[in-house]
Amino acid sequence: MIDFTKIQDSIPYILQGIPVLFQVVIVAAIAGMLIGIVVAALKITKSMFLRFLGHAYTAVFRGTPLILQLAIIHFGLPQLTGYVTTGYQSAIIAFSLNSGAYISEIIRAGIQAVDRGQWEAADALGIPYMKQLRSIILPQAFKNILPAIMNELITLTKESALISTVGVLDVMRRAQVVGGEKALYFEPLLFAGFVYFVLVMGLSLIGQQVEKAMRKSG
Amino acid sequence: MEPMIQVTDLYKQFGKLEVLKGITTTVGRGEVVAVIGPSGSGKSTFLRCINLLEQPTSGTINVDGFELTKPKANIAKARQNIGMVFQQFNLFPHKSVLDNLIYAPINVLGLSKDAAVKRAEVLLDRVGLAEKRDNFPNQLSGGQKQRVAIARALAMEPNVMLFDEPTSALDPEMVNEVLDVMKQLAESGMTMVIVTHEMGFAKEVADRVLFLDEGILMEEGSPVELFDHPKTDRAKKFLEKVL
Repeated sequence: MIDFTKIQDSIPYILQGIPVLFQVVIVAAIAGMLIGIVVAALKITKSMFLRFLGHAYTAVFRGTPLILQLAIIHFGLPQLTGYVTTGYQSAIIAFSLNSGAYISEIIRAGIQAVDRGQWEAADALGIPYMKQLRSIILPQAFKNILPAIMNELITLTKESALISTVGVLDVMRRAQVVGGEKALYFEPLLFAGFVYFVLVMGLSLIGQQVEKAMRKSG
Repeated sequence: MEPMIQVTDLYKQFGKLEVLKGITTTVGRGEVVAVIGPSGSGKSTFLRCINLLEQPTSGTINVDGFELTKPKANIAKARQNIGMVFQQFNLFPHKSVLDNLIYAPINVLGLSKDAAVKRAEVLLDRVGLAEKRDNFPNQLSGGQKQRVAIARALAMEPNVMLFDEPTSALDPEMVNEVLDVMKQLAESGMTMVIVTHEMGFAKEVADRVLFLDEGILMEEGSPVELFDHPKTDRAKKFLEKVL
């Protein structure tokens, strides 16, 4: 019953969704990282208010479905602001904010796992707080959290299929389009699944290599 | 002697635990002071209060004419003048030996990289580790790490050096290489406060010895006075155990 030859001519079309997907994933990963660092920094400050802000941010974005956040940003916000975002823009905003919440938790744990003596040594040298964080603590924290960050990147890659719901022509959406055209769903969806699987496997492999290289550098 | 460190009526509480119960003492410029006492006596806390790594509950700390305990004091600025050496070295593991030494002089004092490197090289030579400048901390022995840590603190050209049990984490055969560096430093006229279990070293190098017990400065005096003629029973008992 399964016959991939029927979608043979549509395979390049589906594969063209890969760069689209990566555009969202890479931009969201970088923005999410920056948001994550800032929110993590809030969570470890002495100010109760800033700590609350950081934790509240995480709670909201981890406590609601990503697809809902995406829908609110894409369909809901224009009603409020009058400014209509493209599917691609909405996707980037939603994924950045969402992964920022997860990454902030990873970074917070990574920062708090760095030996207290490192802060003290930096304190004793009169190094200002932001420089301590940037040059002394974060480089050490990142080594510990790299596996978790890679994991987040993988999650992001898989979850990016949600952008198909706001009309972005990613791998998922293209598979559905092909399915609609040919009235044939199993093959294109299976093929899309295969594409995601290979991407994730590739990312895991890269992650392992990076981890190995980091371990070598002491 | 001109005072370098003045500690007045220093109290420190951790929750309900009173660790320091009113310590008052003065360390003169160029003086080397050893702080001894049983574990849990508060000697490390006392030392860590001097550069405000521990916030005193009450009392005042004055270092080199700067009151660290006054409200809104620029602590970071004051700390540039107070070097500290830790029991666990606390070198930055992701930075080379040289980078450990030049980071703060460049980023805190605003030295040029060339000037900082020059300064670091002189110091590494002084602690006998010139050839280790490009190594990473995890490639060094404990004694070497501690000598780098001393050099790192000296790279800020502080007027005071604090040592928190600098040889306690070392294998016995490495203790002397660190003590030798400290002895050199003492002879160069550096003001030093040293929390230590090395009684022989304290006796030889210190100008004055403080004996702390249960958060109280029980006794202080020259090494000869304190080690050979302790006045308090507590000090006598402690010295019987450790000498």
